[in-house]
Amino acid sequence: MRIQVNGSWREVPSAALAAALSDLGYGDALVTTALNGEFVASEARVRTLLADGDRLEILAPMQGG
Amino acid sequence: MLELYDTALSSRLLLGTARYPSPAVLTAAVRAARAQVVTVSLRRESAGERAGQGFWSLVRELGVRVLPNTAGCHSVKEALTTAHMAREVFATPWIKLEVIGEDDTLQPDVFGLVEAARILCAEGFQVFPYTTEDLVVAERLLEAGCRVLMPWGAPIGSGRGLNNLYGLRALRAHFPDVPLIIDAGLGVPSHAAQALELGFDAVLINTAVAQARDPVQMAAAFAQAVEAGAVACAAGPIEARDLASPSTPVIGTAFRG
Repeated sequence: MRIQVNGSWREVPSAALAAALSDLGYGDALVTTALNGEFVASEARVRTLLADGDRLEILAPMQGG
Repeated sequence: MLELYDTALSSRLLLGTARYPSPAVLTAAVRAARAQVVTVSLRRESAGERAGQGFWSLVRELGVRVLPNTAGCHSVKEALTTAHMAREVFATPWIKLEVIGEDDTLQPDVFGLVEAARILCAEGFQVFPYTTEDLVVAERLLEAGCRVLMPWGAPIGSGRGLNNLYGLRALRAHFPDVPLIIDAGLGVPSHAAQALELGFDAVLINTAVAQARDPVQMAAAFAQAVEAGAVACAAGPIEARDLASPSTPVIGTAFRG
């Protein structure tokens, strides 16, 4: 399916968020996710299913003021 | 001793981690500032570069407490989602809540700020709201459950110092028992000393240190200024007056009478 990952369209084979993160190369990275503007906790990624057109944000720690 | 949400801190200088020339300079600046709290943020992570992973291991090595922010959020909804994401990734209930209302000044949207603060406090967050010196907004934030306030000195990154001395003094006098941290707009160490002399509990500095020609030296200078300001406040500064008052005793002055 095609979803937006951090603002760019990507083809993702897996339907579950946890597997999709692995497909996208984030396997062991410390990241936090939001789907269509809603926070998805890491423990909910396995049961969270993606759909065509979803907007996925994958964020990590960054410098801030 | 500074107490923020039951956490006792000996340093009254909080440091931002953005805009340093290199990670090594950031590390050295945090040490020179003797900061115990640094602010951090969340940004989109690229699976290839993984810039966030490297930054996070650097911060962990510093051994300081982190205060995540919701910088860049322009709505309550964005700020709430960012706060939830920050709590998970940084494993802390602390959140520096920013809801930006105007892009030229980065002035907080105080209406959205109060609304977001109420929701986050109810959810167990320990909220550090980035606000103005407005007394009524401050009262609403405290009613919402905030136990620390972060009024701006001047617009973020402007280096102008304490723009509204009257307003800030009124805020300090009105809420004598609430920890107040001047956040944003300070440019030089004397601004920080002034904030502490006025009775503010701490300052949060980022651009003034990170963008100085020598950030590490500047961090050390801010640390000294903050310490001087805190000691001066405890020592009880004199009131300013309009007319002269001789410091040398007048009685026994020669050549008179």
